[in-house]
Amino acid sequence: MMESFYDVMRRQGISRRSFLKFCSLTAASLGLGPSFAPTIANAMENKPRLPVLWLHGLECTCCSESFIRSAHPLVKDVVLSMLSLDYDDTIMASAGHQAEAIVTEIVEKYKGNYILAVEGNPPLNEDGMFCIIGGKPFVEQLRYAASNAKAIISWGSCASWGCVQAARPNPTRATPVHQVITDKPIIKVPGCPPIAEVMTAVVSYILTFERFPELDRQGRPKMFYSQRIHDKCYRRPHFDAGQFVETWDDEGARKGYCLYKMGCKGPTTYNACSTVRWNGGLSFPIQSGHGCIGCSEDGFWDKGGFYDRLTNIHQFGIEENADKIGMAAAGVVGAAAVAHAAVSAIKRARDNGDKQS
Amino acid sequence: MSNQAIGNSKPARHVPRTRPIDRNEVYVYEAPIRLWHWINALAILTLAVTGYLIASPLPSLGGEASDHYLMGYIRFAHFAAAYIMIIGFVFRIYWAIVGNIHARQIFLPPIHKAKWWAGIIYSVRWYLFLVKEPRKYVGHNPLATFGMHFGFIWLTVFLIVTGLALYGEGAGYDSWQYTFFSSWVIPLFGQSQDVHTYHHLAMWGMVIFVIVHVYAAVREEIMSRQSMMSSMFSGWRNFKDDLPMDKDH
Ligand code: HEM
Ligand code: HEM
Ligand code: SF4
Repeated sequence: MMESFYDVMRRQGISRRSFLKFCSLTAASLGLGPSFAPTIANAMENKPRLPVLWLHGLECTCCSESFIRSAHPLVKDVVLSMLSLDYDDTIMASAGHQAEAIVTEIVEKYKGNYILAVEGNPPLNEDGMFCIIGGKPFVEQLRYAASNAKAIISWGSCASWGCVQAARPNPTRATPVHQVITDKPIIKVPGCPPIAEVMTAVVSYILTFERFPELDRQGRPKMFYSQRIHDKCYRRPHFDAGQFVETWDDEGARKGYCLYKMGCKGPTTYNACSTVRWNGGLSFPIQSGHGCIGCSEDGFWDKGGFYDRLTNIHQFGIEENADKIGMAAAGVVGAAAVAHAAVSAIKRARDNGDKQS
Repeated sequence: MSNQAIGNSKPARHVPRTRPIDRNEVYVYEAPIRLWHWINALAILTLAVTGYLIASPLPSLGGEASDHYLMGYIRFAHFAAAYIMIIGFVFRIYWAIVGNIHARQIFLPPIHKAKWWAGIIYSVRWYLFLVKEPRKYVGHNPLATFGMHFGFIWLTVFLIVTGLALYGEGAGYDSWQYTFFSSWVIPLFGQSQDVHTYHHLAMWGMVIFVIVHVYAAVREEIMSRQSMMSSMFSGWRNFKDDLPMDKDH
């Protein structure tokens, strides 16, 4: 029989007391009431551990880097041991054929009973030749690993939306996971990278309850992606007051005014940065004086400058924003109306003249 | 009215003047329509100004956040005017059902009638100075109906739908605005930023509609064969000649 999470933790030298603490912490971070702590403990003690395959496609490893920096050391250790990351190119001990064999072993041995976590995405052009893992295109490894998976976690904006490698004109046709694997439940955890605590919480939830937390329409866990940065930003009172940073290092910047005019994408970005924050709740971009760049949103590289409030509209060929296009069109129509009025007046005067003569 | 004389000073029409004319004044715009028109115009004016200021806020104020609430008031004005516009629009649809025949005109352009399309071409030629006389209509001329339907009704629907989707984002997951609008509109456009962009672009579409509309209304008042602006105040359409009506609209 496969060992339970609790067995694994005990083996790692984690005391029962620490284990129970972890359970309450997880319950809290998932937004569940204290009564859920025993439920989590019970599940972890009795359920066999779910193996996790963690694949890497076209990516920069920032998701892994974020994940291993989870704030609470216990959370990190426990989750890492829970996962035990049966396969993860970046941090596993084995290498080469031995490592690749693990993928086959898990896919065959735990049919329908393992989680596939994907960091990065597969490029599809040239039969996937732009990303080769163990001598084969990544897209093949992905399809194979997904074939028997119970569910898929799309880590970060790469796996969820495409991110920088899929930015216009996307020469390798980098494609988000849900557009390649269409027959498995997928949870998206976007961000570049996602917040460490969000990642560990999502993993804990899935491993303890063996199902996804509640998702929104786009497949993101509601508990972390149901509000915009702007909704919980501590600079929001300055936004409502009409107090903005106008240029970097002006008086407003020193006073910590709202970064809206500096192109902050907080009003259109769904993520938990303004509540959970980063580096153990120390800070987040806006707190350090820079606007949000919207890294957890679909296509954020293609929405124009990070420092512009109005973003570009590509359909018009040359990159223009709504105001430039609209004002130009309104100007043309206005001028046409004036010209038309002038011609009408002349014509009328002439007609009147005709009649009098 | 001085132009009355012009209309009447054209006896050289082929239609015999002796033909009986039963009306020279028609009640076209019922009071609720007129009231709606002006309330709606004011709401849209407010929405365009405040919307522009939401996207490009006024110069920064100083002091403490608790000293001011400028952006808050501007957004409040936008949302208040938005709800006036939405409720007005719902009412306008209701009135299209229960009101007189003219109340339905801009909702149901007779796109299946060749004569109506020919009427549009005729109106376009009139505006291009290619024909000497406009036709005479009780309601809107075919080109106006076309513009009102495609340039106003659908643009309004678009602004309301995208506006409510943006509103739902702030109101939150359990709001009806989120459930009925944000939940599908935002994924449809890609992401929130795109909804902002197209909502914004639609504002310029509305500005263009208003420029053309107001110009046409003023010009028609002077140059066409029926009253225009005064009709939207009094409801009565006065005709400047007693020739028969062009009915194909
Ligand atoms: C004639 C009608 C309207 C016009 C001209 C208009 C114009 C605008 C403009 C230009 C913006 C700024 C967009 C940007 O961020 O670039 C805006 C934002 C917005 N509008 Fe409208 N709008 C109209 C109707 C509505 C309606 C019916 C609603 C429904 C409640 C609405 C709700 C909003 C919301 C929620 C925002 C975002 C505010 C924010 O980001 O703080 N608008 N509008
Ligand atoms: C935001 C501004 C405005 C909007 C959205 C608007 C919209 C409309 C609409 C939809 C109608 C059709 C009414 C119906 O058949 O139910 C209409 C008619 C009319 N509007 Fe406006 N309007 C605006 C401003 C104005 C202004 C400023 C004037 C005056 C200069 C004006 C004068 C008229 C007139 C005279 C009619 C009747 C046209 C006719 O009989 O064919 N409108 N307007
Ligand atoms: S800094 Fe950005 S997120 Fe914060 S209130 Fe201003 S616009 Fe919103």
